[in-house]
Amino acid sequence: MQKVFPFFLEAAWITVLLSVLTTILGLILGAVGASARLSRFALIRFLGAAYVSVFRGTPALIQLFILYFGGPQIGIQLDAFQAGVIGLGINAGAYMTETMRGAIIAIDKGQIEAARTVGLSRFQTMRYVVLPQAMRLMIRPLGVNINAMIKATALVAAISVVELTYTAQRFIGSTYKPFEMFLIAGILYMIIIYITGQAVSWLDRKARIS
Amino acid sequence: MNDQGDHMTDQKPFVDIQHAQKSYGALEVLKDINLQVQKGQIVAIIGPSGSGKSTLLRAINDLDPLTGGEIWLEDKQINKNLPHRQYEKHINLVRQEIGMVFQHFNLFPHLTVRGNVTLAPKMLKGLSDADANKLAEEQLDKVGMLERIDYYPSQLSGGQKQRVAIARALAMNPKVMLFDEATSALDPELVEEVNLVMKKLAEEHMTMIIVTHEMSFAESVCDRVLFMDQGVVVEEGPPEVMFRNPKNDRTKEFLRKHLAGQHR
Repeated sequence: MQKVFPFFLEAAWITVLLSVLTTILGLILGAVGASARLSRFALIRFLGAAYVSVFRGTPALIQLFILYFGGPQIGIQLDAFQAGVIGLGINAGAYMTETMRGAIIAIDKGQIEAARTVGLSRFQTMRYVVLPQAMRLMIRPLGVNINAMIKATALVAAISVVELTYTAQRFIGSTYKPFEMFLIAGILYMIIIYITGQAVSWLDRKARIS
Repeated sequence: MNDQGDHMTDQKPFVDIQHAQKSYGALEVLKDINLQVQKGQIVAIIGPSGSGKSTLLRAINDLDPLTGGEIWLEDKQINKNLPHRQYEKHINLVRQEIGMVFQHFNLFPHLTVRGNVTLAPKMLKGLSDADANKLAEEQLDKVGMLERIDYYPSQLSGGQKQRVAIARALAMNPKVMLFDEATSALDPELVEEVNLVMKKLAEEHMTMIIVTHEMSFAESVCDRVLFMDQGVVVEEGPPEVMFRNPKNDRTKEFLRKHLAGQHR
């Protein structure tokens, strides 16, 4: 039994790495997506809406399969880890687009009017009046997106990334102890998610005070 | 034009609204409105809700753009037809010269009182922190809010918020101040402190256009009163005539109902 622990720790590290990179990619795509959804140009708004409906409207597993197994057919060669980060990142970005957009449009219209009437431009209004308020509103819901996304990293076992779920499955073959193997994986996931949750709460409190 | 003659000298009007018209689809909310305001004049616009008075006020700084007619501030046309980028540049400059105070204050909750007042002067006039602070202190002192300079809006009463909102508008050194029912959202005991600030501005000869439900305030402060109903100016004149001896039946009816409501 003890022999498997180092492998699990290494696998947990891969899960953490996947989560961090996917979060970063998701946040970037979410910001781009939200800007597109709120653009004053109809075409850009449409592209933003299309991004959200496609990636929220299909299973993340299918998206990963298309990218990893279907990609080479159209000239996209990625290793499993790269495909995992990009596939999950694009998927998370679609959810984060809606979270960020929701926080921005939740800001009272009167705030925008007050900023515009003193002469601030659209950009200055967004940057100094709307976004600082929207950021506070979006921390918690983004935390929910990140939580869901960490759990979705288990899907990349299906394209053979050696992370927690894959590692658990792999050792069932040699130990014949599925209960213990999946339990270990589950506990490690829980620790990662707990720490992330605490970090989000801390950020949220900090944003409320400042 | 509804020129009233005597107080309209041959002097060019400071704010000049010509044939203002606004429709939402088939609904016409402003019908050929003309209003000339001289420098230093204080004009009150009264009327029932839905009469178009707020829409007219909000058209002056183009928050609610007109669908027809022209609005001029001195020798500049406000609602010009320009390509988007040029228009944005133009309107941002025009708005710096027009202060606006809203019914619901619209202070920025993430900034302190100081931050609220200094934001625009810092961003738009390039004031240094020190100069912007000095300006904020002056303006806040004027509205009696200097002591609360480091408070957040959530820590203030409605009347205090509105006084800060006035200071925020004054910090841009506007040529005209627009008040959109500035005291309507306030508890009755807080109305007076805001009215006092507005009276002070009146004494300094600030040009003001005030949409209000406070008839006694309008009577004591304004040079001219417009009564609007259903998108038109029904009657206008000096306050002593408008409130004591209006000619139009709709004006009489409105004032009668309004005063009855106030004494309930």
